Parts: sequence; C-alpha cells; structure tokens
Amino acid sequence: MAGTLSFAPDDRCNAFITTCDAAPYGDGKLSGVAVAVKDNISTCGIQTTCGSRILAGYVPPYDAHVVSLLRGEGAAIVGKTNMDEFGMGTTTETSGYGPTLNPVDQTRVPGGSSGGSAAAVAAGLVPMALGTDTGGSIRCPAAFCGIVGLKPTYGRVSRYGLVAYANSLEQIGPMARSVGEVSRLMEVISSYDSRDSTSFDRPYTHQPSADIESLRIGLPQEYFGEGVDPRVAETVRSAIGRLEDLGAETVPCAIPSMAYALAAYYVICTSEASSNLARFDGVRYGPPAPTQKQWHEAFQEVRGEHFGKEVRRRIMLGTFALSAGYYGKYYGKAQVARRNVRQDFERVLGEVDVIAGPTMPTVAFRLGEKSDPLSMYLSDILTVPANLAGVPAISVPCGTVDGLPVGLQLIGRHFAEEQIIDAAYAYEQEGSA
Amino acid sequence: MVSEIEIESIAKLADIDLARDEVAGFTREFNAILEYFDALDQVSGEETLTPELTNVFREDEPGGCLPQEDVLANAGSTEDGFVKAPRVM
Amino acid sequence: MTVIIGLEIHVQLNTATKLFCSCSTDYRDDPPNTHCCPVCLGLPGALPRLNRKAVEYGLKVAKALNMEVPEESEFARKNYFYPDLPKAFQITQYDKPLSIRGVLEIEDDEGHEKLVRITRAHLEEDPGRLVHKGGGDRARYSLVDYNRSGIPLLEIVTEPDLRSPQEARRFLGRLRATLEYLGVFDGDKEGSLRVDANISIKGYERVEVKNISSYKGVEKALTFEVTRQRNLIRRGQPVTVRETRHFQEGRGVTTASRSKEEEHDYRYFPEPDLRPLSVAGWVEEIELPELPVARKNRFVEQYGISLNHARTLTGDLKIAEFFEKIASVDPVLAATWTADTLLGELNYRSMSIAAVPPGHFAGLLKLLKEDTITDKAAVQVLRTMLDSCAAGNECEQPAAIVEREGLARATGVDFAAIVRTVIAGNPQAVEDYRAGKKGALNFLVGQVMRETRGRADPRELGELVAACIETTEG
Ligand SMILES: [Zn+2]
Repeated sequence: MAGTLSFAPDDRCNAFITTCDAAPYGDGKLSGVAVAVKDNISTCGIQTTCGSRILAGYVPPYDAHVVSLLRGEGAAIVGKTNMDEFGMGTTTETSGYGPTLNPVDQTRVPGGSSGGSAAAVAAGLVPMALGTDTGGSIRCPAAFCGIVGLKPTYGRVSRYGLVAYANSLEQIGPMARSVGEVSRLMEVISSYDSRDSTSFDRPYTHQPSADIESLRIGLPQEYFGEGVDPRVAETVRSAIGRLEDLGAETVPCAIPSMAYALAAYYVICTSEASSNLARFDGVRYGPPAPTQKQWHEAFQEVRGEHFGKEVRRRIMLGTFALSAGYYGKYYGKAQVARRNVRQDFERVLGEVDVIAGPTMPTVAFRLGEKSDPLSMYLSDILTVPANLAGVPAISVPCGTVDGLPVGLQLIGRHFAEEQIIDAAYAYEQEGSA
Repeated sequence: MVSEIEIESIAKLADIDLARDEVAGFTREFNAILEYFDALDQVSGEETLTPELTNVFREDEPGGCLPQEDVLANAGSTEDGFVKAPRVM
Repeated sequence: MTVIIGLEIHVQLNTATKLFCSCSTDYRDDPPNTHCCPVCLGLPGALPRLNRKAVEYGLKVAKALNMEVPEESEFARKNYFYPDLPKAFQITQYDKPLSIRGVLEIEDDEGHEKLVRITRAHLEEDPGRLVHKGGGDRARYSLVDYNRSGIPLLEIVTEPDLRSPQEARRFLGRLRATLEYLGVFDGDKEGSLRVDANISIKGYERVEVKNISSYKGVEKALTFEVTRQRNLIRRGQPVTVRETRHFQEGRGVTTASRSKEEEHDYRYFPEPDLRPLSVAGWVEEIELPELPVARKNRFVEQYGISLNHARTLTGDLKIAEFFEKIASVDPVLAATWTADTLLGELNYRSMSIAAVPPGHFAGLLKLLKEDTITDKAAVQVLRTMLDSCAAGNECEQPAAIVEREGLARATGVDFAAIVRTVIAGNPQAVEDYRAGKKGALNFLVGQVMRETRGRADPRELGELVAACIETTEG
C-alpha cells in the first residue's frame, strides 16, 4: 500500500541534516519502512550536502541508484543524515552542520563518517539507514553506537549518485540494529547498475543462517597488537570464543602489509579527493562564486570559505602526493602497497573463511578528544585494510567496555557477504545470549 | 619535511585559500603526516595494471538529457540559458 | 633556416552520443545547456560510462595511420581548474594511450611523397564552451554552455616532421580527408578540428601556438610565426624559451599567452571510475574503406585523369564521391570541370559540394560534350545554377537555363549580321588585320563574342570574321 509517512523525530543527537516530514512510500519489500540516507548519496528533490557548507542548498536533479532501488521497493526516505564533511573524519565532528552525538553517551562521538546514520538507528529514529564506507565509515560508527554495519565488496553496490570522496575505495552499505535488517537492506541495494563501470552483477539474495559449523576464522596478530585497547581486544576475543563454542575453528594468521596499509590508504584517498573536490567552484551549484572577481581568486575564495579545515588539509595532502616529483614516492608506492594488502588478504582468505578482529582499536572518543589529525587517522588502522583489498566486512556489537559498545569485525572473501553475515548472525542470535 | 613556503605553494597549486595564521599549524601537521607516510618507503616494486575487469562499455545510443531549467536550477547566476562564471584573466 | 613543425590535432569524433554519457552530440543549432545530463555537467555523484563507438572510431584511425595498439590502455585524469571544465579534471589518456607510432603519407613542397610520423592518438573529452558578451576583452564575466562538454575528441600528435606551413596544411588536409573517408569525422561542423602547433627554426627555441581553430588557420598562423621567429633571429634577438602563444584568428597574428600554461602541474593519475581497455585484438577485425591515397591512384588508373586532378578530387570525400557519380559522362571532362571550375565557384560562394545535385552537373557536362553549349556559356550556366542552389530553391536544370537564356551554341551563319556590323564599326582594326596584324582579328572576334554572349565558338567565329573581311571591299 502506497502512502505518506509523517516523520518528526526527536533528533537530540543531531543525526539529521535534512528531514522529510511527509515521506512518500510505495509497495515492495520495504513498503513504508523509514530509511535514513547518508547525506553524500544523491536524492532527487532533497538537499544533498555531504556535510559541507559548499553544497548548502544543492538539490540534485537525479536519484542515486541505491535511492531508486529503495523507492522501487517502497521505502520512505525520511531524511539525510549528518556526516563528516565529504566523509573525511572518524567522528562526525568535521561536519559543517555541527557534530552528531553518540546516543549511547552524549559526551561521546558516534564515530564517523556515517555518524548520523548510526546515531539515527541507535537512537531508534529509523530502523535502518544507508551509510558509506571509504576506510571504515560504516563499521566505525556502527561499532561506536552499538549497531550492525556492513561494508560490501567493492563493486557489489552501485556508486552512481554517491558523491565521490575516494572512488576506488568507497562503497555504500546498510546499517541497522540487527544482522537480519542489514541483510534485508543489502538485498535491496545490491542490484546491478550499468552506470557504474566498476560494479559487478552479483546481486545479494540471502537469508541469514546461524549455522557456522566448521567455519574457519583467521585471527591476524596485527588486529590484537600495539595500539589496540587491551580491554577492547579482550572483549572481541571472548566474542570469538563464543563463535568457537558454536562450531567455528580459529587459526592465527598475519597480514604483514598492515605495517604500511594506513599510509597507503591516506595517500590514495587524499589523492583521489583532491581531484574529486575541485569541482565545487560555486558555478553550477553551491554557494555562488562572486562573478565580478577573477576566476582563480573567486575559486580560491569559495573553497577557502566553505570547505572546513580537514577537507582543505586532505585536498592539500592529495595535491602534494600527486604533484610532479612526488607521484612515485607517494601515489605510485601506495598502489603497490595496496596490491600487497590485497594479496595478503587473498592468501589468508585462501586458508580461512573469514578474518575476525576488533572493528576499532578503542571505544568511542570523547567529543573533541581527537584534535590532532594524525592521531585521528591512526584510529582507522583496523578498518582500512578491507577497503584497500576490496573485500566485504561487517561490524556487529559484541559487548561493552566502560558501558560503551565494542564492535566485532568480520572480514570475508570477495562477494562472500553471505558468509560474514551468517557468522555475524550466529553471534547475534546465539553468542551474545 | 616541507616548509611554510612550500605549504603556501601547495595551497596555491590546489587553489585553496589558507589564512595567514593557519600556515604554521598546517605545516606542522603536514609534516607529521608525511613522516607517517614514510612507512611506504619499505614497499618495493612498480605500479602495475592488474585489472579484474577490462572493456566496460556503453552502446552509442542517445538517451535523455536534463531540461535546461534543471541544468540551471542549482547555479548561482545564469543569463540567457548560460551559466554565469567568474572570468579567467 | 630550416623550419620544424609538429602538430597536436584535436578532432571531434562523430558518434551519436558523447564520450561518457548518452547525451546527443548534435548540439550546434540548439540553445545552450540543453544537451546535458548529470555526467557531462559533472554533477556530484555522476559516473562516466565509455562509449564503445568512440573506441572503435579511435581504432579505425589507428589502423588507417598504421599505428600500434598496445595490449592495454587506460584513461587518466588531467587536473586543472577552469569554469568550462565541470569536473575540474579532463578525462583523457596519459601514459597508456589507445595507439602509438604511426605514419601518414603526404606530398612535400616539391610534390614528392613523404611520410610524417604520428607519435600517438588518444581519446579524451571536450570541455564546455565559454562565451564572452560584447566580444573578447570587454566582458567582465564568462557565460558557460556545457552542450559541448563530453564530446569525444581524438588527439593526434605528430613528430616534428613538417618543414613548412604549406606542408602542415597539406598534412592536415590529408588527415582530414582520411578521417572523413573513415566515416569518423565531419569537417564541415564548426570547431570540429582544432590544432596546437609546435614550431621552431632549427637550432633555436620552440614555441607552442595554441588555439588554431580551423583547417585554414593553420597555414596562416604558422606563416606568421615563421616570419616572426626569423625576424627575431635576424635581429639577433632570442626566441623566448618554450613560449606559449595564442593564434588570433581574426587578426591573423599570434600573441604571447598571459598565463604561464607551461608551468601547469596537471597531476595525472588513472581514472578510478573507468576500467582499463584491452582492445588490441579488435584491430584485426576492422575493415578499412578505400583511403585517399588509394583512391587517388585508382582515379588515375580507372578514369585516365591527371595526377593533379586525382589529387584534388580525392582530397575531400564528398568531392570524390561526387566525381564518381558524374564520371560516366566523360571522365576527363568531368575531372576538368569539377576540379578546375566547380570547386572554385563553390569556394567563391562558400558553398558545400553537398548543395549541388550530381545529376544537374552531369547534365551540364552532357551539354558540353554534345557541343550544345560553348565552354564560356557553360560557365555562365553553372553560375546561374549554383546561385539557384545557394538561394535554397530547387536547383535549376542546366538545360532549362540554356533554354531560358538562349545560350545554346549558334553556328556562324546566325551571326553574319553581327559580324558585318562589327566589321563596319571597326575600320581601323580591319585595316590593321589586312596589314598583317593578327592581334586585330582577336579584337574583332572579342567584339562579336560580347555581342553574342558567348554562344559561338571562338575559333569558328575567327574563320567567319576573316572570311567576311576577305569578301568586304577594302
Ligand atoms: Zn551528458
């Protein structure tokens, strides 16, 4: 039955940038279900800002592929969620629309960059939401807010309409309070789209099953070592112990390329971003450039005024990494490093079915805690390898430390979302009981 | 290590306005990050093309375009169907 | 002083849709910003999709120019900021182009065959178009039309093998003809061919001339530049190192570029939204049509026409096809009248050969062949016919023009009265003729010709006038 959903959330965590008080919906698998969409995913007729002032007031004339799919299955798009500006952050504090608070503890960040989507789900404002994950941006806030988030295999969900931050790394993915809901949303958004040349025709249609008998789980030493809060590591270890109780087998393994994976990730994402974000010039959309000024002056002014500090920093890093004389040292090397990461994962995943570890090295930070950019970057160390390798990864809540949620990360083979979803489902159904 | 002068020239290459009082902070943070990037020095080998997929095409068949009003709808200023832009001097 | 010229030629491929989106390429008569979609407008989130036809066209050209097609090629982003470049980068090909190392045969200044080496040919997208109100320098802001944004371009780069502006023009003419024969390019479309040229005097610095936006402008721009550089050298002044200059089409001069484009750092990197190409295997499948050189040789052989005529007639696909439609009347006559007369008359009227119905022209040739009209009358009929075609009306049939204007060849007898009048009216000339001045006869014949509006054959008239003078009392 088609209709209109009225939506007036008590958004005390600032999860939304835009809400639709009367959201139309139709028939289908998600008929009438309120779905929140991260604000870097284009929605025809609904403002899409990417959490940036440079896109304030921009209303796309077209829907992202995933949004068309949601509408096609009857979902009600009830709002656009807050995020780190263009996805550049791990806390949702770099948003141009104010930070989002963690519904579990409002003195804490929700994680990022899909912090708004995670908070909207965790606060019960919506049952499910779309996030995007470039280097952990779905899994980190899912872990920090105590919900489930899936980063699909690169190419399994169309990126058409996703405002690019780092094209070769990012994927749109589902976020919800349960593995079953994540699976249901994944089924809707994974339909093939020829408009994305990097997408594969590998639709996901799967009913989660808790049967993980003889599942082989690899435990990379790097995921439990230096930089990981021992209490977080312990919580995750005991969750994996529960999976063993359910019939899984664990195997120690190593991913040596982790030594430089994070550096490679930041070189690649800033390089791509420096190119992607140059189009925001105030000519075709966004706050207008002063046309009486000279082009470069006007362009610099628009970007200086409407881009936040982290965005400007990453654009400059990427510009530097691609510039004459440095390309080989940074971008070229990062591509080799990326290939090594990919090969490490292929090797390990040849021996085991899934890789398990913590999603984040710590629990949610206090607001303002990560003021130094490098220390914030370092917190992405456990999530970026899956993006570099292009493999799917899911974060599922697995306990708390100091009352704050901890996420168990399960990483699978290319196009083996089904397997990590089953493992997460088994833990959720049986393990956490 | 990059100097403040180099930071300003990178900002210029990137066409990004940096406030005077931001330069020192940017330089310090930039250098900390670049030092971290040195981890890549341990990587050896050449960048190669290892595509999983090649030759993804579209057929040469015309499809719909946006109406002119949609093209211009988000532009700050327009004139006679054109988008108005600052002039390159 | 040896002149060294290398060219970078951008040609628009005539696909139905743009390089990376389904917008139609047929934008020239339409209002601004009506051939645009999220992709070619660079709207946030839009992704490029490669047009297979553009790749096929690129490979056709590669094969025609005897180029190598590497096993793998790839698109890259060229980053620079300009309001007509909606993504702030151009998707082009950088270190892995579609094709490399080819040759094109032309004639050098002495008419000898010469091979010009092609460095590479790669695909890229055209930017939008900037318009400045009130023309050029006065406008305070730019107006942008994105209809052209994303039109497929093939950039063809030559080695510095050309030795004169005339040779450069001939090279472009041959290249253009080749592209048209291949069916991948329409040179009649405004702005469909743009050239940047590197030019130096041997032993001196190289200058890049940008912004040559027509086929004819190339020789003009390069001639200006050769003279400018030679004068600098003669005066002992240095040619500026690696200077970039812009060709001002209207004034026919090149001027120093204000922005230092040579200092650009384009920060190329592989385009992450497109997959690499692996199309070397396609080349074998491509069947090339007959190309200009082959057609030229065939024309000489099959029709027995001169090499010069064959060269002219095959220099443009439409003219070659036109000729083949009318050659059956009489190949040599057809070649002569097409190459020596028709093309000049068309050029004078800025008309395309497409406006001339071949049947009409063949009709004219038949009238000539059957001696129904004289050469002189034929020119008159052709002009009248072309004027009727140009006016956009239905082209008038030559026979009808001859009939209406009374231009059919007449025999001398019909002009006896006129001849007598002319002889009577020019006693001095008659006397001169009798005194043995042969030129006087030509004068008298000319007078008769004028009176008969070219309907009579001059030789026949000459005999008539001479005979008439003999029989007239002196
Ligand atoms: Zn388009």
